[in-house]
Amino acid sequence: MSRNTKTVLILIAAAVLIAAVPLFVLKDAEFGGSDDAGSVMVEEIQGEYTPWFTPVLESALGGEIPGEVESLIFCVQTGIGAGVIAFFMGRFVERKKWESDERY
Amino acid sequence: MTKKEKILLKASAAFAALFAVAPAANAMHIMEGYLPAGYCVAWGLVCLPFLIAGFISLRNKVKENRRSMTLIAMSGAFIFVISSLKIPSATGSCSHMTGTGLGAILFGPSAVGILGIIVLIFQAVLLAHGGLTTLGANTFSMAVAGPLVSFGIYKLCGKLKANRRVSVFLAAFMGDLFTYCVTSLQLALAYPSESGGVMASAVKFLGVFAPTQLPLAVIEGILTVVLVIGLESYAGPELNNTGFLSGREKEAR
Repeated sequence: MSRNTKTVLILIAAAVLIAAVPLFVLKDAEFGGSDDAGSVMVEEIQGEYTPWFTPVLESALGGEIPGEVESLIFCVQTGIGAGVIAFFMGRFVERKKWESDERY
Repeated sequence: MTKKEKILLKASAAFAALFAVAPAANAMHIMEGYLPAGYCVAWGLVCLPFLIAGFISLRNKVKENRRSMTLIAMSGAFIFVISSLKIPSATGSCSHMTGTGLGAILFGPSAVGILGIIVLIFQAVLLAHGGLTTLGANTFSMAVAGPLVSFGIYKLCGKLKANRRVSVFLAAFMGDLFTYCVTSLQLALAYPSESGGVMASAVKFLGVFAPTQLPLAVIEGILTVVLVIGLESYAGPELNNTGFLSGREKEAR
């Protein structure tokens, strides 16, 4: 294994650990969004607060986006990103292979 | 930059400065409808010059060398991935990262503005995450302020001759944290607390965002370094075009 490969593996393991540990340590926590925690804070400071504008999609649907659909759209977002990165990375890796092949 | 573009840039900068001077009345993703209309407009105007500068800089980069398109696309895709991952944090709530550090290091802070706003619009329209009315404020914190800090830190580390991976990590880490600091301030300006004013409010909002964001900022730093290592090993020619490898790398060789 090259030094880079090792560094990358260690780094990825560290990232996964940082993300996973809270889940196991804080068993009672809800893990809600901190964006929502922000709106709770606004209410605490301001008293009752009614947002003066509802998200376009929510008003079109006449309610909140169903949780499952929301996670679908989040996945689509991740998918688009991961796809683009993987596509170009794949090309780069393959190109390097070809270049080194030509040399010999 | 053509003459017309320069004029446009200057005009919007002046316009934004006006708003910044006028008693700064006025927030990562601030929820739709949670900022008073005046603040929404003001933050939008403040972002405008950065976005125009970003558009011009991106266009010039592509014109100069069509190959940079691939890395621009990858930086944008990185923001897409990173900002869609909601990660549990030590405080028992979830938050997500910004991913703007990579683009800021490779292409400068203004170019990332454009990539960031694409993601923000995607999330605001399709996910009801963030919002169209708060788009200006969110763009300022995530796509302008954060990248500016990332870029600054990276350049500073370069001056100090710090290890490149360490500087990439620090840049992404600080950029992410700073984004949330700006959000806290933006919310605080709009909702000063009755007893302590803006500052007391800012501390409160920071209290919500900062501890949650800290471990996530570390993860963002790590992931950015991983991708940079990957690019270093396989995308040398592209990195040379952006000027990322020039300078220090050459000295090292």
